[in-house]
Amino acid sequence: MTMPTDSRKLDHYVNPEPFDPYQAETLTPEQERFYLASQWKMMWWKFRRHKLALVSGLFLLVLYGSIPFTEIIATYGLETRNSDYLLAPPQRLHLFHEGRFVGPFVYGYEAKPNLETFRWDYVENSGDVQPLRFLCRGDAYKMWNLWNWDVHLVCPAENGVFYPLGTDRLGHDMMSRIVYGTRISLTVGLIGITISFLIGITLGGLAGYYGGWIDSVVQRMIEILRSLPELPLWLALSAALPVNWSPILIYLGITVILGLLDWPGLARAVRSKLLALREEDYATAAVLMGARPKRVIARHLLPNFMSHLIASATLSIPSMILGETALSFLGLGLRPPITSWGVLLNEAQNLSAIEFYPWIMSPMIPVIMVILAFNFFGDGLRDAADPYK
Amino acid sequence: MLRYIVQRLIVMVPTLLAISLLTFIIIQLPPGDYLSNQMAELRSRGEAAGIEKLEFLRTQFGLDKPWWEQYAVWLGAWPGPDGFSGLLQGNWGWSFEYSKPVADVVGDGLVLTIILNAATVLFVYVVAFPIGIYSATRQYSWGDYGFTLLGYIGLAIPNFLLGLVLLYYFNKWFGISVGGLMDPDYIDQPWSMGKLWSVMAHLIVPVIVIGTSGTAGMIRRLRANLLDELQKQYVVTARSKGLTERRLLWKYPLRMSLNPFIADIGNLLPGLISGSVIVSVVLNLPTIGPVLLDALSSQDQYLAGFILLFVAVLTVFGMLVSDLLLAVLDPRIRLSGEAST
Repeated sequence: MTMPTDSRKLDHYVNPEPFDPYQAETLTPEQERFYLASQWKMMWWKFRRHKLALVSGLFLLVLYGSIPFTEIIATYGLETRNSDYLLAPPQRLHLFHEGRFVGPFVYGYEAKPNLETFRWDYVENSGDVQPLRFLCRGDAYKMWNLWNWDVHLVCPAENGVFYPLGTDRLGHDMMSRIVYGTRISLTVGLIGITISFLIGITLGGLAGYYGGWIDSVVQRMIEILRSLPELPLWLALSAALPVNWSPILIYLGITVILGLLDWPGLARAVRSKLLALREEDYATAAVLMGARPKRVIARHLLPNFMSHLIASATLSIPSMILGETALSFLGLGLRPPITSWGVLLNEAQNLSAIEFYPWIMSPMIPVIMVILAFNFFGDGLRDAADPYK
Repeated sequence: MLRYIVQRLIVMVPTLLAISLLTFIIIQLPPGDYLSNQMAELRSRGEAAGIEKLEFLRTQFGLDKPWWEQYAVWLGAWPGPDGFSGLLQGNWGWSFEYSKPVADVVGDGLVLTIILNAATVLFVYVVAFPIGIYSATRQYSWGDYGFTLLGYIGLAIPNFLLGLVLLYYFNKWFGISVGGLMDPDYIDQPWSMGKLWSVMAHLIVPVIVIGTSGTAGMIRRLRANLLDELQKQYVVTARSKGLTERRLLWKYPLRMSLNPFIADIGNLLPGLISGSVIVSVVLNLPTIGPVLLDALSSQDQYLAGFILLFVAVLTVFGMLVSDLLLAVLDPRIRLSGEAST
């Protein structure tokens, strides 16, 4: 490379802008937002990308959010029965009657005795248009046990009926009963997981933090409980609930039973994490500063893997819901008048149900959907639990 | 190896004792017992004759003794009215409801339970193995997504409902009789090819139903394990040496990912046995499931206790078998087991 021959002296150039010595290290606003984000915020970002998990989470949120308003959402009361319509098939929802728009309506039933099967056959009577009413007065109930009310989201036409999922053996509306069952089936999992969470964290925490003989005792307990098949134990324990307990006590008893056998997995996770973390410098520092074990565990160690715990707890809720369903299905779980999806399915124990009135099995749809939603949601949470990866 | 087996067997003893104690406590939990309930019923009807016999039975079985003594007698570690005669001596107890020894009540049910569960384990392995390999080697393909979806659905449908629905359709399409483990014609008949065939055909539905969720979990784990292995350096080395994909897969990563596959039987078995109990009730299979349900609701405590203990012991033995298989397969486990003692 040669210098230009007629080189003038280059001008002395000085940038008039003020000099920022950290210029190279400044972040774009986007990067800054990313690096300054809290752990939970990053988890949310990561979780948001998991579309299926997001949808499942919203679905569950809607279901749980509807629990306080069960009485309004259900068309009929839990015990309302109409003996004119026993095991009536589902009514289809229509919008147009003979080419004319009527809005959502159903056709009334026409009952015909079937002399071959000795049952009533219900067919839709296409002359009987029964438009649905919305936000209307129907069966009376006591809202939140505070005041008497009778407003429902959807009601049948005056003197009409609305059974979108048919009726059961006693003439209860399946749809309303499923709505009422949601309340029980979903809370069983929540209460159960709370119990299992408390036991798991306490025992796992003790074992992991202290080690030694406490650790070996807890380890043995975990091993034994994990080697036992759950369902027979659940059966035996719920058979042990006294017969004279009220249904609400039975409900609590069942949730406790479900929680009692579920903690080993959580305890094991807590223990192994604690074993590793208690050697960290900050844990030693906390101990040296005079923090008591409870504070060290709860304040310094647990937050490290709380997100993991929540994710794995979410993944074990479905097994509790299924457990309750199975117990109630077998008749050893919840007892009427407390109604869960399993209690409803108890009616569908024989093959004739599938053959003649398959709509009796409709509670299995919400069961499957909720279990799937919890699984997807839990998977998403688990992936998001460690946002720094 | 022998030392390892002996060591594992010794470790099992306290576990089994703890399980038997737990079982006994659970069956003791309901207030009263079968006999005192019966006595109360007889008394309310004013029948004095039966009461004496029941009183005799009560002392005979030591039901008037404190619970720990009852437990010890049941176990056979304490002399009962007939001397040492409990589980350890091979006396499984007395069923009050059937007025027969427990051994006679459960009898064939035990064998059928074991057959059913063994068939299910086999089913899980046979199905999960190829699908797991397929899903791992063709990650994110349509097949992989399809099997994943199927697995999720298998996880979500309650066992007993799947059982009912499958039973209905098998009956409708293939004419397999509803419930039971064989065609009604073959009951109490000597074994023949026809009977064997009938039993096999009847096993299909329960095995599929019980095995689905276990299979789904197994596929997921095998897939994850194999994916981990496939990313390792030695796979790259082997590939660069020019090994064919098939040979490469069979030679190294598959063998490595087999370990957890066998170790997993411990996770699998409790679930399968749970499933077999409820599915047997729904499908009316002559295993111990329905007997357990009856015994629990009528407080036939020794019968219920024995069955609970049996399913627990079945699980523990299954785990023992899986541990031993693992030890055969992977010498590292055997060595570390010895080192830790």
